[in-house]
Amino acid sequence: MSSHASSHDAHEIHSDFEGAKIAMWLFLFTELLLFGGLFIVYAVYRSKFPAEFAAGSFALDRVLGVINTAVLLTSSLTVVLGIEALQRGKTLLAKWMVGLTVIAAGIFMVNKYFEWSHKFHLGLYPGGDGMLNLPEGMLRSGGEIMFYNLYYFMTGLHGVHVLVGMGLLIGVLYFMNKRPYKRGVTVADDASDEFKLANLNPRNVSKLENVGLYWHLVDVIWIFLFPLIYLI
Amino acid sequence: MASHAMTGASHREPNYLEYKGKHTGILAWILSTDHKRIGIMYLVVLTAFFLLGVTLGFFMRLEQLYLDKSVSLMTAATYNAIFTLHGVTMIFLVVVPGIPATLGNFMLPLMLGAKDVSFPRLNLLSWWLYVVGALIIFASLFSGGGLPDAGWTFYAPYSVRTATNIPLAVFGVFILGFSSILTGLNFVTTMHRMRAPGMSWFRMPLFCWSLYATGWIQVLATPILGITMLLVFAERLLNIGIFDPSLGGDPILYQHLFWIYSHPAVYIMILPGMGVISEILPTFSRRTIFGYKAITYSTLAIALAGSLVWGHHMFTTGQSWYANFVFSLLTFLVGIPTAIKVFNWVATLYKGSIRIEAPLLYAVGFIFLFSIGGFTGIMLGILNVDIHLHDTYFVVAHFHYVVFGGTMMALFAGIHYWWPKMTGKMYNKKWAISGWAVMFIGFNLLYFTMFIMGYEGMPRRYYGHLEQFHQAHRIATYGSWVLITGILMMVATLISSLRNGEPAADNPWGGSTLEWSIAGLPPLLNFDEIPEVTEDPYTYNPEPEVAHE
Repeated sequence: MSSHASSHDAHEIHSDFEGAKIAMWLFLFTELLLFGGLFIVYAVYRSKFPAEFAAGSFALDRVLGVINTAVLLTSSLTVVLGIEALQRGKTLLAKWMVGLTVIAAGIFMVNKYFEWSHKFHLGLYPGGDGMLNLPEGMLRSGGEIMFYNLYYFMTGLHGVHVLVGMGLLIGVLYFMNKRPYKRGVTVADDASDEFKLANLNPRNVSKLENVGLYWHLVDVIWIFLFPLIYLI
Repeated sequence: MASHAMTGASHREPNYLEYKGKHTGILAWILSTDHKRIGIMYLVVLTAFFLLGVTLGFFMRLEQLYLDKSVSLMTAATYNAIFTLHGVTMIFLVVVPGIPATLGNFMLPLMLGAKDVSFPRLNLLSWWLYVVGALIIFASLFSGGGLPDAGWTFYAPYSVRTATNIPLAVFGVFILGFSSILTGLNFVTTMHRMRAPGMSWFRMPLFCWSLYATGWIQVLATPILGITMLLVFAERLLNIGIFDPSLGGDPILYQHLFWIYSHPAVYIMILPGMGVISEILPTFSRRTIFGYKAITYSTLAIALAGSLVWGHHMFTTGQSWYANFVFSLLTFLVGIPTAIKVFNWVATLYKGSIRIEAPLLYAVGFIFLFSIGGFTGIMLGILNVDIHLHDTYFVVAHFHYVVFGGTMMALFAGIHYWWPKMTGKMYNKKWAISGWAVMFIGFNLLYFTMFIMGYEGMPRRYYGHLEQFHQAHRIATYGSWVLITGILMMVATLISSLRNGEPAADNPWGGSTLEWSIAGLPPLLNFDEIPEVTEDPYTYNPEPEVAHE
């Protein structure tokens, strides 16, 4: 994309990993505030319809929720192990760990799929039959509808983040499989000797660290979503 | 600061306009990651949108010449669509990206003594997202159920019920939010990482400080707009009724979320403008800025306090008395750092060797207009006065004094100030000053009349008006013609300077910040050698050496 080869060689050779990390943290702030807005909405409607929200959350499948929480927490561990391994030059282990993280993310999404499709089957979705008409023909209250609105929107937006995270992790795997010294420009000339000895591309470490940060954020948001939606 | 890095004229590198990269023609621009070219591209696109917004405003004013609507220009529905489009264009496409994207992109790395921003490719992505967001908004006009007519605020429940094509417009705003976030994130990182050696935080020029505070607001406030727009989007497409009362939702909640972003956004608009003014005044009065640190801290204080005042848009929604009280108090508090800045600017001019040039006149005009805008803002923050003035032309006038008289005048000031460094040409001074004078007169005719109309009860966004307001509406419309004449004079003067202007000197105003230390137009990498900074900015001492020894 760079039209000015000389300028951007200069940028790329002296990549500023510290700067990249600052930018990633700033981006994570934006993500926190994005979900922060949703948490405000949740707080408002929960205080308006406490009984309906409690009823709604009891009706959800907690076992699936707990399994998903465990899967996601474990995936945060594997991504950290991957970063540690890569920093120590154990590239193969690192790839395995990142691969496990992707698999865990996949399991999370498959669980989500079963959970959602079960509800769709019952007509429990915005505008669905089960939402507006109970079996006895009674109308659900506004509070219950709102609970499901938020349930779908919050877990849905989180799910989108999981998918994006999977994509990023797969992208890092791709870069880790590329031969580090290919094309001669990918490695910093001033990289430390340890990096060179380990045949390590410091740009991959930086990439994996930043994707790892993103992945932890996805995890942290779930840690708040899970009790809010499933437990209380 | 000026003593360093005077690029030798002996081996001139090609400047950023002459530089030949991998691509040619238009691709050499739209694929360029050079912050200077990106800044110019923003400026070109933004000028087009600004002129579009001006045209829409022109037609709104023209419609108000007609008291008898049976013979007027347009239907009420068209009028609603036009003020919506005017607002959306001006706010999201012109004023919010405004100064940071254009002057900020061009000048920030130069003023910091850096070769580029931290993430040049991300910078280009921001520009692309900006263009794509704009295209999506314009696509919403010609598709779906018709022109969006919900006003630039997209208030629920109307925005979730109107048949017009709100979802696409809202999605465009969401994309623009991404562009804004990425620019802010890029600038903040750049200032953390790429200041020249010796440039401590408190040696940064004040324009950079203002971009720093703005960057943080962009990063922290824009996501709230993003989620709000997503919720409206979901409400329209997926039936998720967060804001629609018929689905159990609460429309007031929409207003809260919207203003949690959109009030801080007002400071995204104005802070960079204040930064530009803080650059221009010392240069043209040959004095160091009065109260550098006070201006810096007040910038940060405005960014902080301004994030906590959103409720003052909602005094008439029936929110709790305590909330009103707190929001009103906080609104008054924002006045303090703002006034600190105004006093510092005036004190900078005091006893200076003032040189009258177009940038200075724009800057002084800014202080005058912005002070009126700020003062009427305090009036609107008074609880009982707001009940009287809410949703009247008074609010419209206040907002235009702040955003047009403030941000846009500051943008014009900055363009006139940095034009020689951006284009290498000088514009015609007499025409530039006349353009400013005509604009200033037209501006006050148009918007001051709106203050009076609003105070007497003319509601905003109304298609028609009562006979008692007719005279004032006519004066305002005539004012709009004068204002537009001034704008066209300015644009014509600047554009004709590209062809006919004298070549600019390296430092025509005698500025002391780093961008002026570059000979001629900046080369691709800005500095042959990264300069080392040994002094505070704005050191305009007639006998610098003697004074220290």
